Amino acid sequence: MSDLPNRIPETGAFFARDREWHAPAFTPGYKTSVLRSPQRALLSLDGTISEITGPVFGHSVIGELDNDLIHNFAKPGESAIGERIIVHGRVLDERARPVPGALVEFWQANAGGRYRHKKETYLAAIDPNFGGCGRCITDEHGQYAFRTVRPGAYPWPNGVNDWRPAHIHFSIFGHGFSQRLITQMYFEGDPMIWKCPIVGTIPDRRAIEQLIAPLDWGNTIPMDARAYKFDIVLRGRRSTMFENRMEGN
Amino acid sequence: MVQELGYLKETPSQTAGPYVHIGLTPNFCDIKGVYENDLGTVMVNDKTLGERITVTGRVFDGAGALVRDAVIEIWQADGAGLYNSPSEMRGTADPNFAGWGRCPTRAEDGVFTFNTVKPGRVPFKGGRKMAPHITVWIVARGINIGLHTRMYFPEEAEANKVDPLLLRIEHRERVDTLIAERDGSTYTFDIRLQGDRETVFLDI
Repeated sequence: MSDLPNRIPETGAFFARDREWHAPAFTPGYKTSVLRSPQRALLSLDGTISEITGPVFGHSVIGELDNDLIHNFAKPGESAIGERIIVHGRVLDERARPVPGALVEFWQANAGGRYRHKKETYLAAIDPNFGGCGRCITDEHGQYAFRTVRPGAYPWPNGVNDWRPAHIHFSIFGHGFSQRLITQMYFEGDPMIWKCPIVGTIPDRRAIEQLIAPLDWGNTIPMDARAYKFDIVLRGRRSTMFENRMEGN
Repeated sequence: MVQELGYLKETPSQTAGPYVHIGLTPNFCDIKGVYENDLGTVMVNDKTLGERITVTGRVFDGAGALVRDAVIEIWQADGAGLYNSPSEMRGTADPNFAGWGRCPTRAEDGVFTFNTVKPGRVPFKGGRKMAPHITVWIVARGINIGLHTRMYFPEEAEANKVDPLLLRIEHRERVDTLIAERDGSTYTFDIRLQGDRETVFLDI
């Protein structure tokens, strides 16, 4: 399954998660969390081999158009409607080391703010050429990139007049299953970020700013697409100089 | 002044939202033709070694209602107790078993199902064995950060009694929330997000 370049696998346990940096489970401003939030304390313990290990996805699972949302659902010769953008960045860990071979999956609304999903009821139009999903695997430097259209903002039933800022959902696998992460990327300069109850679940403004991708003028392609840069940081892991062997094995 | 560690902060989690299927299981939600198959739907093939089992269950919210829009992922050792991962240094896992599965809860009845093999035992720190278990991760609308837990096997009562993780559960009546119910080769593992029988979730 693995086709990572030759490197010595790491076997250290992951740094404890900084739970103050993440949203708590119970965030009544985001109403759905009220009945879906565990109330008992989490059982905390150092990762075992069951969390230190994780699945690896080879490049063979990735199709040619998987990282091109403008075309991967479009009819031949057609393309999705909207502002053409490139989203790129690196997957790093908390030690600032690149995470190569990481599967990154992403999904989003179309340019009008409409998802292609049977539960979606917003009156904005479906784009017949836009599915809304894509994926890629990071290279040896931890880099990923994809083409898409900038998603629209949309209203949702929470408060009377709540709207989601334009965003792209990300799902990331690192090298250990306890690095598993799902998050959302927002766009620099969007005033709606600061009105959103889901963004507002995160208590620390600096943590929210870590989710806002800046416009990357340097990587913008003239006459084609603007670029946004979004780096993702997964949990770091301990060096294994004192624990590189499971005793008794 | 001291040297700087230079650590970064982990990217904060955000909810998977109501449309998580578009990204993780597009064929399941009728977005066809982008990916040939949804990842994680098939865990075993004809050559996979080990005892075939089915793991199924539902997710309930704090009012006892079904969570019909969750996605469950599992991660486990093969039948011999080896993980199919580069970080597995004890040997080479069954090449016909990836050990990872992904399944949405169905809209109509909230059920998730994995056809897999029963995992062998794997070591805890210091070499003593943990009881056989499957790592479970749950995301859904309304869950701000993915929930980690484990499923254990009811027929492994002796091993469960000395499992290092289960021993750490202070309120002993909660241990049962991590032990599936068995009917032949089918194990039912219901997950309760909140309430009297809230599942033990892990910060691990």
